[in-house]
Amino acid sequence: MMKIWLRRNFSALMALSPALLIVLVVYVGCTIWSVRISLTDSHILPSDHYVGLHNYVRLLNTDRWNTSVGNLVFFGFMFIIASLVTGTLMAILMDQRIKGEALFRTIYLYPLAMSFIVTGLIWEWILQPTLGIQKMMRNFGFAHFHFDWINHSSTVLYTVALAAVWQGSGLVMAIMLAGLRGVDDEIWKAARIEGISPVRTYISIVLPMLGGAIATVTVLLALTVVRLFDLIIAMTGGGPGDSSEVPAKFIYDYLFDHQDIGLATAASTLMLGFVLVFIGPWQIWQWRRDVRGAGR
Amino acid sequence: MSRARKHLAARVAIYTCLIAMALFVLGPLYVMVITSLKHMSEISSGNILALPHIPTIAPWLVSAHKLSAGFLNSVKILIPSVIISIAVGAIAGYALQFWRLPGASLLVLILLIGAFIPYAVFIYPLVRILAFFGLFGTLTGIVIVHTTFGLPVMTILFKNFYSSLPVELFKAARVDGAGFWRIFASIVFPMSTPIVIVAVILQVTGIWNDFLLGLVFAGRDNMPMTVELNNIVTTTTGTRFYNQDMAATILTAAVPLLVYLVSGRWFVRGITAGAVKG
Amino acid sequence: MSVASNVSVANLQVKFGAVRVLNELNIEVKQSEFVVLLGPSGCGKSTLLNAIAGLIDVSGGKVMIGGRDVTHEEPKDRNIAMVFQSYALYPTMSVRRNLSFGLTVAGMARPEITRRVQAAADLLKIGDLLDRRPSALSGGQRQRVAIGRALVREAPVYLFDEPLSNLDAQLRAELRVEIKRLHKRIGATIIFVTHDQIEALTLADRIAIMKGGKILQYDTPRTIYARPANLYVAGFIGSPAMNFIKGRLEASDDGAMFVNDDMRFTLRRPLPPGSRAGQAVTLGLRPEHVVAAGDGVAPLGMADVELLETMGADSLAWCRIGACQLTTRLDGAAQNPGRIALGADPAEASLFDSESGDRL
Repeated sequence: MMKIWLRRNFSALMALSPALLIVLVVYVGCTIWSVRISLTDSHILPSDHYVGLHNYVRLLNTDRWNTSVGNLVFFGFMFIIASLVTGTLMAILMDQRIKGEALFRTIYLYPLAMSFIVTGLIWEWILQPTLGIQKMMRNFGFAHFHFDWINHSSTVLYTVALAAVWQGSGLVMAIMLAGLRGVDDEIWKAARIEGISPVRTYISIVLPMLGGAIATVTVLLALTVVRLFDLIIAMTGGGPGDSSEVPAKFIYDYLFDHQDIGLATAASTLMLGFVLVFIGPWQIWQWRRDVRGAGR
Repeated sequence: MSRARKHLAARVAIYTCLIAMALFVLGPLYVMVITSLKHMSEISSGNILALPHIPTIAPWLVSAHKLSAGFLNSVKILIPSVIISIAVGAIAGYALQFWRLPGASLLVLILLIGAFIPYAVFIYPLVRILAFFGLFGTLTGIVIVHTTFGLPVMTILFKNFYSSLPVELFKAARVDGAGFWRIFASIVFPMSTPIVIVAVILQVTGIWNDFLLGLVFAGRDNMPMTVELNNIVTTTTGTRFYNQDMAATILTAAVPLLVYLVSGRWFVRGITAGAVKG
Repeated sequence: MSVASNVSVANLQVKFGAVRVLNELNIEVKQSEFVVLLGPSGCGKSTLLNAIAGLIDVSGGKVMIGGRDVTHEEPKDRNIAMVFQSYALYPTMSVRRNLSFGLTVAGMARPEITRRVQAAADLLKIGDLLDRRPSALSGGQRQRVAIGRALVREAPVYLFDEPLSNLDAQLRAELRVEIKRLHKRIGATIIFVTHDQIEALTLADRIAIMKGGKILQYDTPRTIYARPANLYVAGFIGSPAMNFIKGRLEASDDGAMFVNDDMRFTLRRPLPPGSRAGQAVTLGLRPEHVVAAGDGVAPLGMADVELLETMGADSLAWCRIGACQLTTRLDGAAQNPGRIALGADPAEASLFDSESGDRL
């Protein structure tokens, strides 16, 4: 029985072996390894001496980490909500049988093709008071116009979010528009016959039907949030002070600059936990649905 | 208000909003392009939105020269990474969809979750593994890394596409006596053109735009363009030549922008299908 | 056909995860026989066909084709050809390539491939389509090509998985006749899955009626129609459906009687073996066997005709005798008679145990 099975599926196993190797070594192996290091007193070099949760205690007492996490949460909420609102608005406007839809679509989506490094650099210039918007307004004659959010720790995160929304709302638009186009025309006819205004129809009927699309978009945006690194590097470098530091940059700096791999892996383990808690259930749900669907 | 006038007012409002948003999205690109064509004196004295009085392409020439090594490195990284990651993903997606293997669904689950784990979690162990094999900081190393991190999305992309093909096609081929590779080469892969296009778009833009992985794994000799760009722009010694910086930025963004403009609707399909669900 | 091509399935078990789709299933198909597997969706008929083809792994039992145990053979090594519901034509290949692909894979010599493709194309009248892509064909043409792809294999056993379901009614009838003709001509063994009883009744030498992974009755179309083995088969086969009337058995001087509050129907035979007086039974009467009372028929009672459905060649009258609802076929030109005395030939009547559903 076993021999027959092996003969029949040998090629399939061979074909899967690169993927299998990567999954086992990286996605499973490296994760476990990383978690393991976080439980040892590794600094410059890894060590086998377990110290329990010592690194986690140290981590939670590190101001920069706590600031990074706070920044990420604050940025995340702002970015996700603003992108959802802007992108959905774009999608709804695009759905009004407009002329030049292809042109607007091309415009709204192009930032998505760019690297976060590029996005960060552009916005850094535009927001630099001596160079960008502030200078422009002063040139126009508003001599006391003031806009230097990027240079103040209390406002810098808004500017990062602005750049990220600029890049990300096209994604929301594309997915929401696909969702809107999938809504049955008869829903609209039914709502019109009942005298429900288009705005009301969107809010009460159509958008709730797009729950799946909204969930998908939110997960994708959340992925951008947890991976946030390039944009910060290019735009603010984490500053002023620690005011725009984020966890991915924290991990990077502690791995390569401070050479405290125990602390860095503790931080990455916490991030992993965060992702598993928020994204794991959603993915497991999708996976189970697919597995069940395949059983037919 | 009459129905026609109400309608007109609504249309005006819609187009006003659309155009306002388009200007917001286009603004930065406009600023970049015109600034890159100005002399430094004009940048420090003039308006950020004003067209250049005396256009110059000198900044472009300087930047192109500075970035040429990075550009070549990015191309060297891009081509094998795109080909290998798509090949591995397509074959894995095909095997997972059509050949019922035990544990296959668990593999899919790991990939689904793996697509969302921050790279930071893997960096340290991966550096050690690659260093052990002498691949850290080499072209081979960075290609392996891109293949690794492209695997979840590529596999799921192809698996989903193959799940939309009728399974009877596969059965018919088996009755016809075709084996695993034969079915893939003669029947399944020739049908994959649309999804291969999507995958190429996703991978070309994704790998070209990568910064973190190139920074960590590529090594000094293979620094991709994004990393070089950041180095050039953020070196704080001396005066900053904003016109050159802008030109450099546009040059770095040029490849994915070109891919985007050429591919049009395929790009939309890529971001909606690729990243989307498992 | 010289190659032995009987198909025999013994104690077959198929599981999807923990669900047993087929359990201890047995069926024998004789050489050159045309067998139809008939049942509603999810009854396991396609699973059985796929197991015979070797396209799914079986977890127990045996599949023999031509006397050879092929349970663990690859599909290509089973001497079979198969036609699918969705045609499953390779979309990137021309019709010619679709037909020849399997032969090329098998390493057959080119002249022989050309001969077989030409022969199949002539037989199915698809010669002028050979250089087109499947996407340029109509549904009927696609299915011809799919049948052609099976034909070129010159296999002794053909498996058809609902091949006509995606076609419109008229094409379906046409291709049905052609498949029957084809079977006569090549004399191969055919196993044909469908959920359409007309297809089953017209095509099959024998029909296996399946439900819930079991074969309920395996017999000629005539027998299945006239003497269904249980209530399920009786209700599934025949359109309009068989009339079912609940009641009980009674013994009388003339033999057994079917009795309920509204009618007394003489069965003109003794109590069936294994039954007893007073047993709850269901009387099954096909609409065409419910006729106006007269010579040779046993009376059912006076019926009110509530509705007359005109169906062209004949009409269907929906009648009521007391609380019993039943339908009868009338002449196509008939007017609603209002009230009518109905009877039936007891020899045509089926009798089932109400509890088990089995035929008595």
